[in-house]
Amino acid sequence: MQLDSKVPEGPLAEKWNKHKFDIKLVNPANKRKYDVIVVGTGLAGGAAAASLAELGYNVKAFCFQDSPRRAHSIAAQGGINAAKNYQNDGDSVFRLFYDTVKGGDYRSREANVHRLAEVSVNIIDQCVAQGVPFAREYGGLLDNRSFGGAQVSRTFYARGQTGQQLLLGAYSALSRQVDSGKVKMYTRSEMLDLVMVDGKARGIVVRNLINGEIESHSAHAVLLCTGGYGNVFFLSTNAMGSNATAAWRAHRKGALFANPCYTQIHPTCIPVSGGHQSKLTLMSESLRNDGRVWVPRTKELAEKVRSGQLKANDIKEADRDYYLETKYPAFGNLVPRDVASRNAKMACDDGRGVNKEGQAVFLDFRDAIKRDGKDLISAKYGNLFQMYHKITDENPYEVPMKIYPAVHYTMGGLWVDYNLMTTVPGCYALGEANFSDHGANRLGASALMQGLADGYFVIPYTIGDYLARMPYDKVATDHPEFKKAEQEVKDRIAKFVGKSEGTKTVDEFHKELGKIMWEYCGMARNTEGLTKAKKMIQELRADFHKNVKVSGGDKEFNQTLEKVMRVADFMELGELMVDDALNRSESCGGHFREESQTDEGEAKRKDDEFSYVAAWEYKGENQQAELHKEALEFENVKLTQRSYK
Amino acid sequence: MNLTLQIWRQNKPDINNNGNYQNGEGKMTEYKVADISPDMSFLEMLDELNEDLLKKGDDPVAFDHDCREGICGMCSLYINGQPHGPESGTTACQLHMRSFKDGDTIYIEPWRAKAFPVVKDLVVNRSSFDRIMQAGGYVSVNTGVTVDANEIPVAKTIADEAFNMAACIGCGACVAACKNASAMLFVSAKVSQLSLLPQGKAERKKRVERMVAQMDEEGFGACTNTGACSAECPKDIPLSSIARMNREYFEAKITSNNV
Amino acid sequence: MSSTTQKIAKDKKGWFVDMMTSTIGRKVLMALTGIFLCLFLIIHLIGNLQLLKNDGGTAFNEYAHFMGSNPLIQTVSILNFTFIILHIVYSIILTRMNMQARPRKYAYSKPAANSNWRSRKMMALGSIILIFLIVHLVYFWGKMKLTHYGLVEEGVLVKKFGTTDQLHLYDLVNAAFSDIIMVVLYVVSMIALAFHLSHGFQSAFQTFGLNHVKYTPLIKTVGYAFAILIPLGYALIPIIMFATK
Repeated sequence: MQLDSKVPEGPLAEKWNKHKFDIKLVNPANKRKYDVIVVGTGLAGGAAAASLAELGYNVKAFCFQDSPRRAHSIAAQGGINAAKNYQNDGDSVFRLFYDTVKGGDYRSREANVHRLAEVSVNIIDQCVAQGVPFAREYGGLLDNRSFGGAQVSRTFYARGQTGQQLLLGAYSALSRQVDSGKVKMYTRSEMLDLVMVDGKARGIVVRNLINGEIESHSAHAVLLCTGGYGNVFFLSTNAMGSNATAAWRAHRKGALFANPCYTQIHPTCIPVSGGHQSKLTLMSESLRNDGRVWVPRTKELAEKVRSGQLKANDIKEADRDYYLETKYPAFGNLVPRDVASRNAKMACDDGRGVNKEGQAVFLDFRDAIKRDGKDLISAKYGNLFQMYHKITDENPYEVPMKIYPAVHYTMGGLWVDYNLMTTVPGCYALGEANFSDHGANRLGASALMQGLADGYFVIPYTIGDYLARMPYDKVATDHPEFKKAEQEVKDRIAKFVGKSEGTKTVDEFHKELGKIMWEYCGMARNTEGLTKAKKMIQELRADFHKNVKVSGGDKEFNQTLEKVMRVADFMELGELMVDDALNRSESCGGHFREESQTDEGEAKRKDDEFSYVAAWEYKGENQQAELHKEALEFENVKLTQRSYK
Repeated sequence: MNLTLQIWRQNKPDINNNGNYQNGEGKMTEYKVADISPDMSFLEMLDELNEDLLKKGDDPVAFDHDCREGICGMCSLYINGQPHGPESGTTACQLHMRSFKDGDTIYIEPWRAKAFPVVKDLVVNRSSFDRIMQAGGYVSVNTGVTVDANEIPVAKTIADEAFNMAACIGCGACVAACKNASAMLFVSAKVSQLSLLPQGKAERKKRVERMVAQMDEEGFGACTNTGACSAECPKDIPLSSIARMNREYFEAKITSNNV
Repeated sequence: MSSTTQKIAKDKKGWFVDMMTSTIGRKVLMALTGIFLCLFLIIHLIGNLQLLKNDGGTAFNEYAHFMGSNPLIQTVSILNFTFIILHIVYSIILTRMNMQARPRKYAYSKPAANSNWRSRKMMALGSIILIFLIVHLVYFWGKMKLTHYGLVEEGVLVKKFGTTDQLHLYDLVNAAFSDIIMVVLYVVSMIALAFHLSHGFQSAFQTFGLNHVKYTPLIKTVGYAFAILIPLGYALIPIIMFATK
């Protein structure tokens, strides 16, 4: 298979404008003749559904939650980047582009990233017009904060709830289109398969989660805006329902899956407190603007802290190792996420972790409170401090927070071309579900930017190019391909329903999978561990299909059944992640191969060998996936060893 | 710690075959859970119960939850006689077991309102909230505006107040807490946010008229100013938002051209 | 047009009816009538205080006469009765509606955790006041009204009231308040009124949309003062009259 990225010719800064002119348009009067399915209603899906409906397309939008407003984009805290340069500190579209490519450790597609930086400014305009209450300065103008991996203040925010406010903006635009009749909204509906007719994506099969009915929906194009797959790890900052099923089913139908091993481990999460833990909570990395990361200088001191003999506040200044500030004087505590995470792991591996399990480092606001006063710190981070206090029962105004990295975001996803189309014609992937913009590591406040860029400003143009070539004819849902897909879905469900004799619950299997992934395919990876993990996953998967215990029937509201279907797909995706991590024997961004590091323990890329997108083709159940490569060419940035010193 | 749970179990939904509301059959059922750690979240305690039930071959308790960090608004449990349980400013998913004592009996029920019919056990259907938002909870602006974001300054105090209103997570605790199952706090939060900001001014009359009409259509009760909604709101939306909506509503009704 | 829009459009009965039958409209009507009745309470109390004048009832009777014969007062009193009836009828409609909004009650509820009881029990408190009102009307106003007319000759009040020649309104009240049961009932009703007002007064302002960081505390203070002083004034009269009989 030849991967064609369809990146337009011409100078980088002109590609998008040129492309917008070159692509075909659908006549306004003809738009209503096309149906578009949007799966997922987060930032990408909500924005896409609303924007396409505004243009005149008939949109059917689907989400598994009880309302489109609950998609997990809502949990993003810190902010959204845009190259507005309102702060007059030297920001520009090119700088945002450059920072993003560099932050992604030179594993993203230049043209996509530049487009992202270009439309970033429109996003802010759009959201403000929708009534998103961004933080403002006293003069009434928008405020910015700085974020990891950047030396300018370009992050727009709405207290610690930026994702919520942006999502509610998209949700309001979507609601308006539902009211106008241009969007038909299906809630509590989970996509279980992609339907192909004549080699094109023409619809989906969903399960109505309330009554268990299997329903088919037909359209001229299908947009997957279904988020990432971080929940493969069981413990992650993703929502409990976040899953990879839609993307994985598209993958099985022919959509290549790109860079699955690129997962982002977020450095500032609340550490695991016990085996009962169901998910991890992220503390916005904006905290690193004012908080200082440290561990005790010696193992002995750390041991005393762990056993409770010594309080953090009693440790003398000289005995504190502010390792990020010492090691990376230029960026200090604001190094990119992967660097911060890895250094926390190294400190803990070194025996200097500070919670009972030895899996935590301090994030200290003592000095910031001394400098700025409690009120200012509270105004900036009040809700985060409150959240931390609630969860841990410790007051961060008085004692330093304890943090530890956790799985947060997946840069990998369905391979898409410049138009965001997967290798299945008519099937698009937007937002976190695709792989395109963040390379091997995503910078803070860029996920919201990408989701909204794809939904508001990219897909409304690029989808026209495809639809303009499509006939208006609709495919009826009693078409044999739909019936076949429905039957496949029903068979898949039937395999699990009534497995009341199983020995282990879905969660138990999921936790085991997560442990394998975290241990061998987490913050540091090596050949030996990955090889072992691959075998373990295969065994676990076989055991899962044989012994998983499922209660209840299929024609009813059944949360166990929902879960088992999702975990079944995680079991397959987990193996592909390991395959990809094994193949990529370099370190880059969030992917750290122990075999490939500098003398100082920093990630070392092998640009000659691995400057490509690894796109995997599904070859059948229990078959080895096939690797395809899309070479990455950098014409506008010079590849250097990333350094934040 | 060991706890006794009294949980509402209901198999048949509150909506009958004709699509009308009808109380589905259900009852409070007792369960015991043991060895609960105070560091567990409330929902993790329910996870443990469900694992036990599943292993015993019983039907696990259905309950809504998703982000588990207090922002998606999915969790909706009436715990010990209060929405989201005893802690103020906290969703059920952020409630921790350290708020309870060994030997406690905990009552867990779904939100109860005609406009929130039960789907199963503790799961309710809150699509009435979506329909209210569809009636006007937006600024009519198509994608692709060309007005620069800084073109219209918004006083910080106004922006902050709008944010306080926009913080609503749409969980429905206000309805659950209100003795009249009134949705005024939810509706007024959105009405207030958009009437405060200059961007929302153009449509403010039509918006409040339509949203209130839809709210009434859904069968929510009227406000009697008990303040329970605001006291139980996990995001502390203030009662002043309802006053603002009342004001907006009358002004709109009396002065709009909509006869 | 979507289902939402159609539904809203279908129910349109004209803006005024829509407004006054909306949940907000009904509440505003409750608040408006309530506030008017608060004013009435003040006027009525001023009159009642005449009972305490140590003049054998002359002042009070003159006041009663004035109230009963002045055309302006007569008009206002019709309005007053209309408002009382509206207040009652709307409260019944609203309560029914509010009860229907929750067809199944909670098995276990702790409303005291989030609201005070008087705000939740306005209907019960109001019902006590209604019973009081009925008794009050039958006992005083009814007797007076039914027999008063025709007994005024050339603007002079004839000391002839009801079937007995000796009775006039002061005597009627005095007689009633020499009965300890009447006094107790009266005082209990005034306590109910106090609680009703303590929520109702400030609640009305909230319903009108008058909620402001600067003024709401003042409204609340005035509301509580009103809720205490007015019923206290009413309740003191029978107590004093009983004590000094």
